[in-house]
Amino acid sequence: MANVVLVTGVSRYLGGLYARRLSHDPSIERILGVDVVPPRHSIGRAEFVRADIRNPMIGRIMSQAGVDTVVHMNVIATPKDMGGRVTQKEINVIGTMQLLAACQKSESVSRLVVKSSAAVYGSSPKDPAMFSEDMSPKSLPRTGFGKDSVEVEGYVRGFSRRRPDVEITMLRLANVVGPTIHTSITDYFSLPIVPIPLGFDARFQLVHEDDAIAAMILATTGPAVGIVNVAGDGFVTVTQCTALARRPVFPVPLSSGSLLGAIVKRSGLADFSADQLTLLAFGRGLDTTRMRTVLGFEPKFTSRSAFEDFARHLRPAVPGVDGVGDVVSDAAGGTAAAIARVFDRIQP
Amino acid sequence: MSDETTAAPGAAQPAPVPQTSSEPTGSATSSVSTSASGSASKTATPKATKKKSARPDGAKKGTSPKKASGVKGAGPKKAAAPKREAAASTAVSADVTAAPRGAAPAKKPAARPARGAFAAGAARASGERRRRSGTPLVPSEPVEVSAARRIAMLEGAPVVDAPAVPVAAETTGSTRSEVTTAVGDPSAESSSSESSSGSSPESSSSGLSSASQSADEAAPAPRRRPTRASMRARRTAEGEPTRLRAVPSVPDDAPAADSATAASARATRPARPTRPPRSAIGGDRAARHTARGAGASTTPGDGILGDILTDADASPAGEAGGWEHSLTSGLQSRAERLVGAVLEAAEFSSEARPGPAELVDLAVNVLRAAATSAGLPAEEVERQVADALAYLRRRLTGDYVVDEFGFDEDYTVNVHLPLLRPFYQKWFRVEVRGIENIPSVGGALVVGNHSGTIAMDSLMTQVAVYDEHPEHRHLRMLGADLVFQMPFVGTMARRSGSTLAANTDAERLLRGGELVGVWPEGFKGVGKPFSERYKLQRFGRGGFVSAALRAGVPIVPVSIVGAEEIYPILGNMPTVARLLGLPYAPITPTFPLLGPLGMVPLPSKWLIEFGPPIDTSGFGPEAADDPMLVFDLTDQVRETIQQTLYSLLMQRKSVFL
Repeated sequence: MANVVLVTGVSRYLGGLYARRLSHDPSIERILGVDVVPPRHSIGRAEFVRADIRNPMIGRIMSQAGVDTVVHMNVIATPKDMGGRVTQKEINVIGTMQLLAACQKSESVSRLVVKSSAAVYGSSPKDPAMFSEDMSPKSLPRTGFGKDSVEVEGYVRGFSRRRPDVEITMLRLANVVGPTIHTSITDYFSLPIVPIPLGFDARFQLVHEDDAIAAMILATTGPAVGIVNVAGDGFVTVTQCTALARRPVFPVPLSSGSLLGAIVKRSGLADFSADQLTLLAFGRGLDTTRMRTVLGFEPKFTSRSAFEDFARHLRPAVPGVDGVGDVVSDAAGGTAAAIARVFDRIQP
Repeated sequence: MSDETTAAPGAAQPAPVPQTSSEPTGSATSSVSTSASGSASKTATPKATKKKSARPDGAKKGTSPKKASGVKGAGPKKAAAPKREAAASTAVSADVTAAPRGAAPAKKPAARPARGAFAAGAARASGERRRRSGTPLVPSEPVEVSAARRIAMLEGAPVVDAPAVPVAAETTGSTRSEVTTAVGDPSAESSSSESSSGSSPESSSSGLSSASQSADEAAPAPRRRPTRASMRARRTAEGEPTRLRAVPSVPDDAPAADSATAASARATRPARPTRPPRSAIGGDRAARHTARGAGASTTPGDGILGDILTDADASPAGEAGGWEHSLTSGLQSRAERLVGAVLEAAEFSSEARPGPAELVDLAVNVLRAAATSAGLPAEEVERQVADALAYLRRRLTGDYVVDEFGFDEDYTVNVHLPLLRPFYQKWFRVEVRGIENIPSVGGALVVGNHSGTIAMDSLMTQVAVYDEHPEHRHLRMLGADLVFQMPFVGTMARRSGSTLAANTDAERLLRGGELVGVWPEGFKGVGKPFSERYKLQRFGRGGFVSAALRAGVPIVPVSIVGAEEIYPILGNMPTVARLLGLPYAPITPTFPLLGPLGMVPLPSKWLIEFGPPIDTSGFGPEAADDPMLVFDLTDQVRETIQQTLYSLLMQRKSVFL
């Protein structure tokens, strides 16, 4: 049972939310929140410890506080606000290495919970419809967040080999959306005009931020379950999402997709890397059987309702879009009136 | 309208008077509108016709004539007019909109509430808002106007109108057509004036244009009008005799209006003098213009205020005459103006904004008319169009579901299969046998022979299963990864229920009780030369059998005859194929030769026969790991299909018949 929990990445949105939710659990004695910058949001009763997981210092914190559960939520998917891809990779890979090294040294740590991502499955036309946890990707993600996730999982596997006594739970979350969280997916569908890969309409799953946190809490407090996919029920497609978000689409040939992605990324509109572009073209499906049977988790939101929850809080693409709608409907009305007049004349 | 702006300063001075008229409208829109309608009713009612579109104009016209007659002097109100219009328009719009086409007055009242919002929107759309904001006088107006209004009320001119309100509304509704017709010139102008307001009148050559334009607009944006607006105006005037009739009412006012306009006209334009006869009309129009165009247009028609304004701006205009007029008839004219503006606005807004129900009615009528004229059953066409629209709506709102394989039933049933059906029914005239061999429920693996250069045979089998099977089952096909790599094709394949030909997907589908179709020959079958037609290639590695064994579902062999002849492959272009990353690049009798025309398949006659199912549940799932059994079953299926093909070929009378 978890008594002293150390949470990394607590200053990021999901980490903060996790700390807040975990604070409600009275069985947890103490919560330590670790990050390099102080959180701008509440982290509940968690104590903020300013430390860098890329620094061996983290080991001393663990031993001093007698941490028995380490929750690693500092695998960054959106480098925009973290200083770019270099920092992202540094934090994701080196941070995980250091953290795991500290865990391996620690005598008190008995459980490790890692927030991983479905990005480890990559996305390609050769993919099976659904990935279960034991499947390996048909094409390994070679860039960005997907590659980081693969490497993080590799280190975790190595750690589990060296410390078989430590229970390990690793949740592969589908793309997280929600009314307040900012991810590459939410940024993407918030664009005033959504560029979509021409001729493709990928299906994918989403998980609501509340569900994602609930699953992480369950992984922390419940039994250790190994690797588990976490996704909402059902699927949505890219064009369906644009329809739900009421965004116009702008099809772009996939070959120029990386170029476009670079432009979008440079302009700071959305954090998009190449592996996420292939997701938009070929999609991905996660088999969530283990989530239900082993983890015992039932998401409250389906993929669609999660996206709808996000879309509800989305501002219209163009500020006066409703006014434009009025004008258009008015023009239509005028035209119809004119036609009606003509008809009246033709057949009195 | 630069005119407006210029006029504004001038208007400010006279503001008190004009405002009076405007104020009532603004503050008490309802009253104004009613009064306006009343006036309209008076004038227009006689003509009461049933044209919807006409109605608004008619109302305006009716009012305008009155205004003109009573108000002619009203012209001066220019500044106030715009505001009035806005207010009036909204108010009127409510009334007017209420009575769409209905000639009967009763209908209108009922309709009103629903359309109130609509009318407001219409007003907005029609640019009222813009006008309002654009009018410099607007801000000051409200207060001043009220005072002026009161005065006007006292004088009695406006009051007279007020009582008529309810009637007016009714009349307007019923008489719309009249109104438009009556307005004739005015209406024409009004239409033009909507957009360009000032200029149209001139071009129309009717009296209206002269007055308004002459004063303010003449200088700034004078000649635009002649273009469309003017043409339209002229046309309308000429085209509709009724409108001309309407004009007569105006004449009464004409004298006063004439004088006022004349004065202003002189200042700006020489042309006016010639127009005197219609000056009355011009006055009306001018009033409208003013209302819309704010300061600019007001000058000409509005005797008093307009003159004043004009004086301020374009000093030369009829200063003396304008002032006199204003003094004498000021309030009356104002009131009339207001009414006119309101009516006008009402007309306009109502015209521009028929109710949604109306639009639908119209569309349906047009559709039905088209269907009948085309000799089709109207009901059927209507239903189909409604279905198509409903589908479009679902697409646009994202109201559809895709499953884990990307299968979109809504799309498949409404787009995919309907697109294939003409091929299925008319082009290939597919004949299906043994459809009863496909189970009604539960999983089954349909295994067929592949041919035809492109996988048309699998698509036709899909249609056959859906259309001919009593349960209308969807055939979920397994495709090569190349399919899902291609844009459009891959998306279409996933949406229509296909998924990757892999054991995981096949077993997942079969366990889910789906009907799965597989063509194990793959590209070897589709791309084989014509000389090897109907000779089955190797059936893959038997993966389909092991999938069926694991899922314990029956295998249904299907033999397809006819697909081999749709694109007979005479040769291959391996270099091109390699360049394009395709498994083969066929040469058919028509393909590279005729270019895109070569893509049209030859219309061979097709036979599809589903054989009796081969039960695999007796072997148990572990049998899938027994390669010998798998190969035996594979051969059995292959032989069955081959034999059926031969027998079908014997029965076929001819390739194309």
